[in-house]
Amino acid sequence: MSAILDNLDLYWSGFLTTVSLSVLAALLAFALGTVLAAFRVSPFPPLAGFGTAYVETVRNTPLTVLWFFMVFGLPLLNLTLPSFFVAGVLALGLYTAAFVCEAVRSGINSVSAGQAEAARAIGLTFTQSLRLVVLPQAFRTVVPPLGNVWIALVKNSSIGAAFAVTEITAVATRLANSNPADVIAVFLGAAVAYLVLTLSSGLALEIIERRVVVLR
Amino acid sequence: MSDQTVLYDHLGPKGRRNVRIGTAVGAVFLLGLIALALVQLQQSGQLEGERWAILFDPDTGVPQGLMRALLATLRAAVVAMALSMLLGALLAVGRLSEHAWVRVPITAVVQFFRGVPLLLLILFAYLALPQLGIDLNLFWTLVVGLTAYNMAVLGEIFRAGILSVDRGQWEAAYALGLRKSQVMRLVLVPQAVRRMLPAIVSQLVTLLKDTSLGFIIGYFELLRQGRAYVEFYGARYGLQIYVAVAIIYISVNLMLSLLARWLDKRTSRSPKAAAVELPDEYEPVVPLGRE
Amino acid sequence: MTRRPLSRILAVTSAAALALAMAACSSDAGDAEDSAGTTAEPTEETDDAAAAEFPEGSTMAGLVEDGSVTVGTKFDQPGFGLLNPTTNEPEGFDVEIAKIIVDELGLSAEDIEWVETVSANREPFIQEGRVDFVVATYTINDTRKEVIDFAGPYYQAGQDIMVAAGNPLGITGPDDLAGTTTCSVEGSTPAENIRTNYPDAELTLFDVYSKCAEALKNGQVDSVTTDNVILLGIIAQDPESFELVDNPFTEEPYGIGVQKGDDDFRSFINDVLEASYEDGRWAEAWDATAGQFAETPEPPAVDRY
Repeated sequence: MSAILDNLDLYWSGFLTTVSLSVLAALLAFALGTVLAAFRVSPFPPLAGFGTAYVETVRNTPLTVLWFFMVFGLPLLNLTLPSFFVAGVLALGLYTAAFVCEAVRSGINSVSAGQAEAARAIGLTFTQSLRLVVLPQAFRTVVPPLGNVWIALVKNSSIGAAFAVTEITAVATRLANSNPADVIAVFLGAAVAYLVLTLSSGLALEIIERRVVVLR
Repeated sequence: MSDQTVLYDHLGPKGRRNVRIGTAVGAVFLLGLIALALVQLQQSGQLEGERWAILFDPDTGVPQGLMRALLATLRAAVVAMALSMLLGALLAVGRLSEHAWVRVPITAVVQFFRGVPLLLLILFAYLALPQLGIDLNLFWTLVVGLTAYNMAVLGEIFRAGILSVDRGQWEAAYALGLRKSQVMRLVLVPQAVRRMLPAIVSQLVTLLKDTSLGFIIGYFELLRQGRAYVEFYGARYGLQIYVAVAIIYISVNLMLSLLARWLDKRTSRSPKAAAVELPDEYEPVVPLGRE
Repeated sequence: MTRRPLSRILAVTSAAALALAMAACSSDAGDAEDSAGTTAEPTEETDDAAAAEFPEGSTMAGLVEDGSVTVGTKFDQPGFGLLNPTTNEPEGFDVEIAKIIVDELGLSAEDIEWVETVSANREPFIQEGRVDFVVATYTINDTRKEVIDFAGPYYQAGQDIMVAAGNPLGITGPDDLAGTTTCSVEGSTPAENIRTNYPDAELTLFDVYSKCAEALKNGQVDSVTTDNVILLGIIAQDPESFELVDNPFTEEPYGIGVQKGDDDFRSFINDVLEASYEDGRWAEAWDATAGQFAETPEPPAVDRY
């Protein structure tokens, strides 16, 4: 127990790193994922093809492999990133974007055909129908799966420990090494830190769902 | 909206021409990017044949080792899947129990294992279990970690499946005089499993990818084996070996995803097991959109 | 689709899973994937003779009776403990020292089961008896002595710094690290040392040294810091890219970890080490492994505490 209490500041900084990494990666993922979903339902075969290729490749690659290429593969292409944190945001964001895309696409699929037909009937173009009619409705059905994507993202941020991002898991590894008698306590502390994030996110999700979800 | 083309009119001649131009431009752009990347790689010497030859040279042991590591990955994944399916079913039934003294602790267990990163669970199993007196080798440590996490996720999937079975089924079962455990075992769980099969197989894909987390405890799965080769033969082969590892992962997972989709098509033909609107409490690794 | 084909699929898949589980269980004894090494085959003739030498109930007698020894070592440190993927056995100075000890038990190198012990799990492994002893670039310090005991030291390393070939930043010692980025492994003693004593250096922490080397090569960090022998091993694999500052600024005595309180085993190992210093086996082990890229030092005096 003392191992945890003596190092609360370390846990806290790890916690903040996890949160900032997750939030930034989530912003990237949601933006890119929505665009990819739009690509996949668009009439343009090259865009639809790109969207499909992206999702299928990224979803089937382990995040650790992707993260490795972001950190050590990009320099081989002469692309240097400002920091390992940025590499982490990129890796996590690009990976999660594939899952966001699928969630949003299922939301688009769930909006009844009548809506899109009505939009076309009043003369809206493809982008206008998507932007003004379909996506707003799609997002309301898609909140729960997106919430799960967020929770998965927070947990996936733990991979950053192997790639120079000092988040909760890295802190736990450091403390476990320096307090060999208290290994279990150290990791329970880390588990609690993650649970704070995931359980509170789960609660927040339920509240948002109750307000926003459309019964199918 | 099942037919996505309701979003736009079918394209006329101008539209089709624009699509062709757009496709050509897009292809040129993409090829340009790839060419640029290849030039960069060439300049840093990464495209030398000698570096790539190591992947195919049986004397170095690289191809055999990677295949062996792939088998190690698959073995851990399959065993973990079997165990987590079994435990997941039990957890699902437990969460649906009327007795609070069963339901509450099981819910707590599920929330705990779902809320903690798998990497941490594996590390925890690795470092803490021995201190609790449980002595497992590397394979079983990884399997325990994977199972702990996936049984919670699968438990939720099964629970969703059980809840989605038509209430007439269990009403009829009770009317026939079956006890709760028989209703679960003979009527609800089998139907739930059949309905959830695509989600379950998708979870297998995720689980297979998650075995790569075994690297953190030194389990010689595919990624660790790749690293061992890079450390032994030198960092100059790093890119090549890791690209090979990535391609193997993608191929195997693609095959599993295709299996998921094939199973989905087969089960949806049967009215008994039409893919159900899945409640949202589990992670969307299922291909939620229809192609 | 009728019910029968699907349940057949399920039956076949669960049978396959069970079969694989069986295979996993049975191959655990000599599992090549997780603990690269060979199954222990007790050598019958030496058993009785060797067992007679050791006191009843001591660890040594127990090991001889089992006919196998589980040794924890590193699998990713060139020169000390590096897995050879073609033979599936680790190679290096630590490996050779372990072999010398096992030889003195009357067993042979084939009786050793090698287990990868990374920095974080050395103490738990020893405490729980997962390994019989650990020889893995294991620095002796007081915090660790609270939970386990050390035989040796058998080598004196020192923390040093590795830079890109040509030393563009002109780093000559740890004080020059101020304002630069230096790379090490999370949780390691060198990292802790930099954090405590040289806080102006910016630490980048990966989980393995090979990633640090990669980062240095790409120019993503300015230097890598850890024990000098580990750095020498990395440099030996790619001498054109790296160089050693060669100014060790700590003392890292490498010891052999054993269970706390097992004084018999500790004395036995210390005896073996001292004997190997005398009869040249220690020097031989060094020359064959780390000696390929590092100078042969004088063996350090063992600490019998």
